[in-house]
Amino acid sequence: MSGFFTSSIGRKYAMALSAFFLMFFLIMHVALNAVSLFSEDAFNQASHFMGTNPLIQFLMQPVLMLGVVFHFVMGFILEIKNRSARVVKYAKNNGAANSTWMSRNMIYSGLFILIFLVIHFLDFWIPEINTKYIVGDMSGLHDGSFRYFHELQHKFIPIWRVALYCIGFIFLALHLLHGFDSAFQSLGANNKYTKGLKGFGKAYAILIPLMFIIIALFHHFNH
Amino acid sequence: MNLTLKIWRQKDSKTKGQMVDYKVTDISEHMSFLEMMDVLNEQLVNSGDEPVAFDHDCREGICGMCSMYINGEAHGPDRGITTCQLHMRMFNDGDTITIEPFRAKAFPVIKDLVVDRMSFERIQQAGGYISVNTSGNTQDANALPISKHAADEAMDAAACIGCGACVATCKNSSAMLFVGAKVAQYALLPQGQVEAADRVKNMVAQMDLEGFGNCTNTGACEVECPKGISLENIARMNREFLKASIKG
Amino acid sequence: MSVLDSKVPKGPIKDKWTDYKNHIDLVNPANKRNIDIIVVGTGLAGGSAAATLAELGYNVKAFAYQDSPRRAHSIAAQGGINAAKNYQGDGDSTYRLFYDTVKGGDYRSREANVYRLAEVSANIIDQCVAQGVPFARDYGGLLDNRSFGGVLVSRTFYAKGQTGQQLLLGAYSAMNRQIARGKIEMFNRHEMLDVVLVDGKARGIITRNLITGEIERHSAHAVVIGTGGYGNVYFLSTNAMGSNATAAWKIHKKGAFFANPCYTQIHPTCIPRSGDYQSKLTLMSESLRNDGRIWVPAKIEDAKAIQEGKLKPTQIAEADRDYYLERRYPAFGNLVPRDVASRAAKERCDAGYGVNATGEAVYLDFAAAFQRYGSEQAKLKGIKNPSKEEVIKLGQAIIEEKYGNLFQMYEKIIAENPYETPMMIYPATHYTMGGVWVDYNLMTTVPGLYCIGEANFSDHGANRLGASALMQGLADGYFVLPYTIGDYLSNDIRTGKIPTDTPEFDAVEKEVQDKIDFFLNNNGTKSVDHFHKRLGKVMWDKVGMSRNAPQLKEAMAEIKAIREEFWKEVKVPGSGSEMNLELEKAGRVADFLELGELFAKDALVREESCGGHFREESTELDGEQKGEAKRNDKDFAFVSAWEYKGEPADAVLHKEELEFNDIELKQRSYK
Repeated sequence: MSGFFTSSIGRKYAMALSAFFLMFFLIMHVALNAVSLFSEDAFNQASHFMGTNPLIQFLMQPVLMLGVVFHFVMGFILEIKNRSARVVKYAKNNGAANSTWMSRNMIYSGLFILIFLVIHFLDFWIPEINTKYIVGDMSGLHDGSFRYFHELQHKFIPIWRVALYCIGFIFLALHLLHGFDSAFQSLGANNKYTKGLKGFGKAYAILIPLMFIIIALFHHFNH
Repeated sequence: MNLTLKIWRQKDSKTKGQMVDYKVTDISEHMSFLEMMDVLNEQLVNSGDEPVAFDHDCREGICGMCSMYINGEAHGPDRGITTCQLHMRMFNDGDTITIEPFRAKAFPVIKDLVVDRMSFERIQQAGGYISVNTSGNTQDANALPISKHAADEAMDAAACIGCGACVATCKNSSAMLFVGAKVAQYALLPQGQVEAADRVKNMVAQMDLEGFGNCTNTGACEVECPKGISLENIARMNREFLKASIKG
Repeated sequence: MSVLDSKVPKGPIKDKWTDYKNHIDLVNPANKRNIDIIVVGTGLAGGSAAATLAELGYNVKAFAYQDSPRRAHSIAAQGGINAAKNYQGDGDSTYRLFYDTVKGGDYRSREANVYRLAEVSANIIDQCVAQGVPFARDYGGLLDNRSFGGVLVSRTFYAKGQTGQQLLLGAYSAMNRQIARGKIEMFNRHEMLDVVLVDGKARGIITRNLITGEIERHSAHAVVIGTGGYGNVYFLSTNAMGSNATAAWKIHKKGAFFANPCYTQIHPTCIPRSGDYQSKLTLMSESLRNDGRIWVPAKIEDAKAIQEGKLKPTQIAEADRDYYLERRYPAFGNLVPRDVASRAAKERCDAGYGVNATGEAVYLDFAAAFQRYGSEQAKLKGIKNPSKEEVIKLGQAIIEEKYGNLFQMYEKIIAENPYETPMMIYPATHYTMGGVWVDYNLMTTVPGLYCIGEANFSDHGANRLGASALMQGLADGYFVLPYTIGDYLSNDIRTGKIPTDTPEFDAVEKEVQDKIDFFLNNNGTKSVDHFHKRLGKVMWDKVGMSRNAPQLKEAMAEIKAIREEFWKEVKVPGSGSEMNLELEKAGRVADFLELGELFAKDALVREESCGGHFREESTELDGEQKGEAKRNDKDFAFVSAWEYKGEPADAVLHKEELEFNDIELKQRSYK
């Protein structure tokens, strides 16, 4: 395998594998959040488990962060390399004639998602880390009951944040609309047996972000 | 019809080029695009100017020599054709047509619209063959049955004419459709198995060395390819590459 | 005994090649490393030769004017490649392929060469399959064959409609392997401008680097020319735009005899010209004639109305159509050989019955085939009382399956739907059977100078069978030349490297340079294409499908006049030290302007009709065959080999008498 990950195709595999990991994480995340639509209690329980389980906190969480960082860094490196493969640009280029906007602008949808992630971290992750590891309060309690659901609801009161989240998820959808198929193609899964994947990919790319949006709107209107 | 042409003119690989405007008149809609270029060149020669250099040869869409980027698309706005098969009926009277060379770091401009595609040659030399000598006593052609399906699929991959439209059209100037087609053709045939691992590794290594970009699966190459080479070939190359890398 | 020695070995025809190979001198592997060979042209013949010679151990330098060997015009062959494999068990054999080729060539080829060609044909298929050429296969996984060009057996192997392309890519891949090994040094975008002889032997060439304009010297112990045919002498042909006769013509001027230039194949099913701007013609596979019926209007006023665009072909009643091939040749009908079909189309168009604006087109109509296949399908599918539209639709589906890609190509070029309105076709120059004279070893009359593929004259006589061009190119390159050249080179093992700083190289380089300087400084008033088009018009009108003595004489005088004007008035812009496409064209057209005259002269001398060469004076005068081509075996069973003597008109004719020991000569009949 020497040199595999420094080759062009190896990098495609790396991008695709990290993408798969992140897409899997998205399912987990949306599933957990969706619980908040139905049951405050269940959501609190699940959140507390995720927030305090050492396996998740000290293994999965760093791996996830690494995955995110890797996907972004690799994405940027590839983008820079790919741009340098055409020194003189076309005076006129009609990209829309042969490819989707999503596929040509992964770097921009990705960048917006990155911005969104930074805000998301500031909103949820940093306060959480602060409470748990700086302050040292691992109880997950606030005024005697679990704090998670209330915190969630609280965050979605300001309309500007809901709007920002919605836009963030729209960009996520755009990213996934190309990214899902692209990851499979990169791994070599494109032949007569994989035709069904395309439809599934579209559904995934739209439904997951839509679910996030619904959750955000739900809590905005139902606090 | 009367047209305005914006054409990239560049004296040689060392000189900086620029877009230059030309006018052509009385162009018949039945002309091919290259015949329209012939009219322009005849006009330029007669007025003592240098004609526009462009690559072309067979003019029936099979040699892969012609290579223009017309109105922002490789081989122009029609599908499943090369520039020489593009006809002027695709355009309207009074149109302005932008004509540029195929652009990629690995395809340096030689002159005007002529580019150097030697990078493709070097990739082929790195492994685009089956090592068999000409002896006259190779085993009988029917000694090795090959399923019709595999043979047909190999043929579809082998239909690549090496024009470079995939590279030109790819936003990353990636050559993976070209390389993938060749890798797939041999990977699909039993004759190609013995050298399969080395072939894909060597061809990909050479491709990377030439300065092509990386594939991001936009699929633009497949759409613009005059021979309809499928993206499945890139997927197959990726599989072959992984397989070869695991084998070590 | 003429000066021409064909060097055909003695013995029975079926053993000649084997015996010969067993007895020729070989070069041992260690010595091969010290021997250089130049191969000019890298199509099927040149490419396969370069690869094989390099495998054997020679140092090969290969030259192509395109940016890659893969672009040679061999790539455009659609139909297939013949080989006497008898995979279909229909009684094919080496002898049958040999017989069909000699007969198809109207008994004007050299028996021994043709037999050898048929003999090695089977090896070609084995070799190409081993290289990974994706030939079409049947469901059992075995190779598929089709019948082609009116022969009685199915011996044509094919790879979709791209057989030439796939075979060329096979040869190209073999070359790439040798380039990677360093055994072939490949010179892309280089054009050979002359050959250098030292002590009467070919020892090198002068080339121009088409990117930098640099004039270069290359030396070798032998030089192989595989640069294709000269069909572009007509300006419009199915050849590639760059296809040229310069290498062949330059070696002719240095002593290689040029044989049978008048043998040219005009292919009947090409897409017609649409106007004066037309730069090339596109061929459609002649398999179309299997299902299409050819016609023109029977009434001249209908033809006129069609030419003016006032009438559509579908508006002409069945009774007012002239299916002239079926009328003239009831036995073969629309399937008469290429030359007969071509001449008949020209005859109708010359009489004013042409069906497009230029008056040079006839209809190829599939309506009857739609009907026939449609009712057949309706029966098969058990449709009772199908409507007319249903039948047509079913029939169209069958035609689409068979010729879909051709119909699509036609629609792209003409912008008419051939499913709804008949196709228009017209003959176009396609292949040149004539070429540089070579002996059994494929060596020209200059020692050490070889010529292979379409560039030589050897195997097709006066007419080439369909699917035989690919066969000959690969036979020469893979299986013949690599053996025969060893016999010559075995004398060169002690020669050592050929130096290029000699007076011989100086002199030829100066000739080449002077000519380039002349073009660039001529400051004429007319473009190169202007002269090429005029030459083409004379060739087509007077040395085309049908020829007669007065017109041939006129043609010779007119070509000479155009040539003289060319040298006075040609204008070539730009400089010599850069890519200069006009300069390239100027050199090529200069050679065509000489070749065209010799072509006409050859046609004038051959006062018989044979194969692609039709002399109006030599036709059957009565009987069933009245008006058809008449061959004259008593006076013309020879190869015309022309020796250069300055002006083309002064060329000296040498005759190689053709002996037919294994085949009886017969007159063709398609009535």
